Amino acid sequence: MTEQNELERLTQRNAAKRKLINNLFIFFCGFCTLIAIIPLGSILFEVVKNGYPAISWEFLTARPGAIGSAEGGIGPAIQGTLIIIALTTLLGVPFGVVSGIYLAEFGDSKFAKTVRIVNDMLTEFPSIVIGIFAYYIVTIVLIGSFSAFGGAFALAIIMLPVVARTTEESLRLVPNGLRESAAALGIRKWRYTWSVVISAARRGMVNGIMLSVARITGETAPLIMTILGSQWFFSSFFGPIDALPLRIWRLSLLPYEYARIQGWGAALVLITIVLTLNIIVKYVTRSKVRT
Amino acid sequence: MNADKIFKQFSSVMAFSAIGIMILIVFVLVTQSAPVWQEFGLDFAFGSDWNPVEGRESYGVRPYIYGTLITSFLALLLAVPISIGIAIFLSELAPPIIREPLSFIVELLAAVPSVIYGLWGLFIFRFYIRDYIEEPVINSLGDTIPIFSGIPFGLDLFTAGIILAVMIIPTISSVAREVIYAVPATQKEAAYALGATRWEMMRTSVFNYAKSGLFGACVLGLGRAVGETMAVTMVIGNTIGAQALPESLFQPGQSMASIIANEFNEADPGSLHPSALIGVGLILFFFALIIQLFSLYLRERSLKVGEVLD
Amino acid sequence: MSNIKLKTESLNAMFNGQKAVDDVNLEFPKNTITALIGPSGCGKSTLIRTMNRMHELTPATDATVEGKVVLDNKNIYDSDVDPTLIRRRVGMVFQKPNPFPTMSIFDNVVAGLKLNGLRDKTKLREICESSLKGVALWDEVKEDLDKSGTSISGGQQQRLCIARTIAVQPEVILLDEPCSALDPISTSKIEQLLTELKKQYTIIIVTHNMQQAARVADTTAFMYLGKLIEVGKTQKLFENPKEEMTENYITGKFG
Ligand SMILES: Nc1ncnc2c1ncn2[C@@H]1O[C@H](COP(=O)(O)OP(=O)(O)OP(=O)(O)O)[C@@H](O)[C@H]1O
Ligand SMILES: [Mg+2]
Repeated sequence: MTEQNELERLTQRNAAKRKLINNLFIFFCGFCTLIAIIPLGSILFEVVKNGYPAISWEFLTARPGAIGSAEGGIGPAIQGTLIIIALTTLLGVPFGVVSGIYLAEFGDSKFAKTVRIVNDMLTEFPSIVIGIFAYYIVTIVLIGSFSAFGGAFALAIIMLPVVARTTEESLRLVPNGLRESAAALGIRKWRYTWSVVISAARRGMVNGIMLSVARITGETAPLIMTILGSQWFFSSFFGPIDALPLRIWRLSLLPYEYARIQGWGAALVLITIVLTLNIIVKYVTRSKVRT
Repeated sequence: MNADKIFKQFSSVMAFSAIGIMILIVFVLVTQSAPVWQEFGLDFAFGSDWNPVEGRESYGVRPYIYGTLITSFLALLLAVPISIGIAIFLSELAPPIIREPLSFIVELLAAVPSVIYGLWGLFIFRFYIRDYIEEPVINSLGDTIPIFSGIPFGLDLFTAGIILAVMIIPTISSVAREVIYAVPATQKEAAYALGATRWEMMRTSVFNYAKSGLFGACVLGLGRAVGETMAVTMVIGNTIGAQALPESLFQPGQSMASIIANEFNEADPGSLHPSALIGVGLILFFFALIIQLFSLYLRERSLKVGEVLD
Repeated sequence: MSNIKLKTESLNAMFNGQKAVDDVNLEFPKNTITALIGPSGCGKSTLIRTMNRMHELTPATDATVEGKVVLDNKNIYDSDVDPTLIRRRVGMVFQKPNPFPTMSIFDNVVAGLKLNGLRDKTKLREICESSLKGVALWDEVKEDLDKSGTSISGGQQQRLCIARTIAVQPEVILLDEPCSALDPISTSKIEQLLTELKKQYTIIIVTHNMQQAARVADTTAFMYLGKLIEVGKTQKLFENPKEEMTENYITGKFG
């Protein structure tokens, strides 16, 4: 009984201290969240504040003026980004989707596990290294020049694992009963995978693809060594082309006030595209809350 | 051969593409950097000279390895406590209604393109760092502690590290959140039932249980930081050669990724310069590989702790 | 002083506004064992989880309580009560043994003591020994105190969890189907243990096993759809239930 009293006393004595530590802890965690939100707020604020004055019809559609003159715009960069996105999607999505189907439908082998690990690693890989790879394969060996195709090749490598993973995840959410009942009807696996399983998982797959597009839209590093950048509107898949993120970087290197303003303007356009994609994905997936 | 077999085979070939790419990347990096290794041997990795001028060519990556490691670890130092705090707040503490919107906002931090972080760092954030951190720190500690000495400028290793921290926070916090979610409710209840406060519950149940998973999340963040290019390139100051050997945090430097980004387009194809830059890429690849495998191992191990209970 | 250790008064417990416990009034006398029985989903777990303020910690739902739970004449839902202090006084053992897997057996037993600020090594060792003896586990593990808490059998793990609970010297022990994951031998060991422990503690046990209730409990309460249907001396309730629903349940007509 004395021991009981002793523990009781100890508990009473420490209660206030423990409560204080606990409250500090809760405060700390909330504070961390706040700290992380501040840079996002500041970035959005600055991009809008500094970028908005640059925006005009001419800015969005015209070619860059001569270096040093405060004229022209980012027309070729916007056009180039759209072309590269399209090309990347054409290249990356089939590989990504089919890899994802393989992983979901036949994914228990050792080979599949290796693919999964390599995909994960590829997702996290320094994109500049992928840029070097694409530079050698496309810019040097295949085409012999900086090109839209080279940029798309690099970005497709970044896109592939993201699409593969989200495809696999969405396919795995499809209840097995659906597969079994189709198989029981004597339908071949490839047929019901295409017609039944994939159509059931379509939404998740489209979301994954959009997220991967959002991700590659802002990629800059691999474009340096593949597309080079250009002052001109698109003329060929096999020649240099411009892109928004690359243009932003190049503008930031120029020592002129107008370049800075144009850089912010281009940043505003880029961030609008990227955030819109993210918000659409969020809005579409919203019904799929975690349990 | 029937259609199903073709289907399986075709999809496995497509799935193999990732592995094929990985192998090809290694092949390209090794063969294309071979000339510089042949010329300089291990001095390439450990030397600190960097001179692409014809006739006086000399390449050593050591300063950039230091630059990468210093900025990445500085980023980790800042980002780890903040990210874990966020992960806990969003998984255990925040009122349910604000959890979803808040986690979306944190995720958006990961969606902001690297080049925009760079722009913001270069034109906005750098001045805050210079005026509110570097000035006072240099003035008060600079004389006694060498790593805090220098001229306040705002484009240096320190700023790069901080921006990297911001950029890896969403990575670490979202993986950490998954790890915390994966801690069984029974473990949390075990601690609560003994009279633990929330903090004590975290310490006894969650941290113990998820240690290696949380560590894995941090290592993943390190991997991101090591490979991050544009934002770093825009704020790190871009010195080359021995000048980039770091003595102070408040000194312009260079990372492996940023030297590649800065010089790749200017490298004369007839010289060793491109080969040297690809060699930097190979070393960077090697770092990233080790870090990723380590992170993978830690996260796998974290899952295994759970199996003991079943 | 009355010998009622714990009682509930017009107690309701809700998940997202949905009642899982509906107006329950129950008294638990000191040094007795009360069994809660009833079909799955009737609110037994929810009820005992209100008694140490664990209900409100249920993740991902808005779990609320109305009414009173009175421990030694004090409503534990009063605003001046610190729930963490209540949880030390009202211990809880769960369905699945849940020792801390990364801690040693010793650390498992003294985990609660350390939380409460007890640091004295010899004290900790003393209490560890007496708690493990209290659950008849000491002889089985005394050589292995530094092995992991999950290195022992399921039955031993559950007894370890009980030892961990009594180490912080609670007054009431709540057990939620503590034997449902165990084999018959481990089950009977725990049952013996409970009759031993009631000399010191007030015990409330949720069980699906009516023989178990008959073997260990002084009082048995039958719940259905969140409501308390009948409560009485165990033997009387089983042999001579007043309510037809109780009779149907214990004769196996439903549940
Ligand atoms: N986390 C929760 N969220 C929402 N409702 C819940 C939750 N847990 C339990 N419920 C609901 O509360 C009611 C009572 O559940 P409780 O777990 O208390 O039943 P029980 O009698 O312990 O059942 P069992 O014998 O299966 O353990 C059930 O209808 C259940 O659906
Ligand atoms: Mg239950």
